[in-house]
Amino acid sequence: MFGEKALELVKELKRSGDGSLPPYNEDCVRQVLDEMKALFEQNQKDVSATVAGEGGRIAGVQLRHASLERNKRCLLAYVYNRMEKIRDMRWDFGSVLPDDVKNNLNEHELSWFGRYNRSLAKYMRSVGIDLTQDSKPPKSLYIEVRCLVDYGEFETEDGNVVLLKKNSQHLLHRADCEHLIRQGILEHII
Amino acid sequence: MADDSLYGSLQVRPSGWDYFELDDILACQEKIPCTFETQVKDLGFLDHGSDSEHIEPATKMELPFWLAKELCARQRKIISVELPKVYREAYRQILEADATAVDLNKLGPYFYSVGGKLLEFGNAENPRIAETLMMTYMKRMRRLMDLSLNKLDGSKESQTLLPKLDHDEHNVFAFSQEGLREFEQWKQGVISKLTSSKTVINQRKRKRTEDN
Repeated sequence: MFGEKALELVKELKRSGDGSLPPYNEDCVRQVLDEMKALFEQNQKDVSATVAGEGGRIAGVQLRHASLERNKRCLLAYVYNRMEKIRDMRWDFGSVLPDDVKNNLNEHELSWFGRYNRSLAKYMRSVGIDLTQDSKPPKSLYIEVRCLVDYGEFETEDGNVVLLKKNSQHLLHRADCEHLIRQGILEHII
Repeated sequence: MADDSLYGSLQVRPSGWDYFELDDILACQEKIPCTFETQVKDLGFLDHGSDSEHIEPATKMELPFWLAKELCARQRKIISVELPKVYREAYRQILEADATAVDLNKLGPYFYSVGGKLLEFGNAENPRIAETLMMTYMKRMRRLMDLSLNKLDGSKESQTLLPKLDHDEHNVFAFSQEGLREFEQWKQGVISKLTSSKTVINQRKRKRTEDN
């Protein structure tokens, strides 16, 4: 049946679940596009045959057209859902993606990510608020955190340098460490 | 019998709203038994059971929903559509007898949404199908909410229930567990605790398994 390759793409993305992005499956996408091209060309032939007066080809045209639309939907959904994931990653990982995530993006997705970054930064500058800050209502200015990995030296906004060593505990400015908590480097102790 | 308003509320939502929805794409792949009414030229290879060049009239084939809908909806009908087995009278009776005992995941992980889509074919049994879907959902919902809203993670009962859930029911279960979890956190006063994002955690897990 037509549309099976395209379904594979959708299934692959579905399987990957939340928070992980499989490598862009260039090979499969190309195969779908090839199938679509073949369907389209056959349809054009059939339509011109029908115009020339040969009967009985309309059913085939309809079937192929439905398959074309289906393939289109799968491809668009594949690209769109990947884009949504990449957008969410901007909020989780910050403006720089880890290398192993980056490797799974294709060239266009990378440039999209860059542009999204820029628009977001521009918007946050224009309203004067860091939107990635204070994802939950802050209760205090300083919070206690424990370090989960050896991170190294970290310079806080007021210029102090703290050494973030595994299992060490610090009292830090909330604004300084919220990103590090989201990235799983620090743990918030309550 | 179902009244008109119940049936109306189960009608499929306008096309386009879930165009990019992966689950809807997968649900549309569900196979529907169809019979061809006219000849379709040059596409005989789609029917693995025959060697002929064309699809002849009266050929029976299982087509995915997305194709069946297109070939059936136009004024000139190319195929006629039958109900898939699990939506026929025999299964409806099983569901009516005891909806909670049925393994809906086995009947098709998208049991409800495919059932809703089938209504588009204008089958004479439509009101009955709609009614069965609704009643099944209502009967099963009670136990599902009972289990998902009272205990977090893995009571024995929910372990036996989970594999039998339809995809939509799974979502309901997950959402109400999430709600319960947040309620517990609120009671302990740790709702304002900052946590690392799920994406990052999953990413790290994957990395760790790859490294090994």
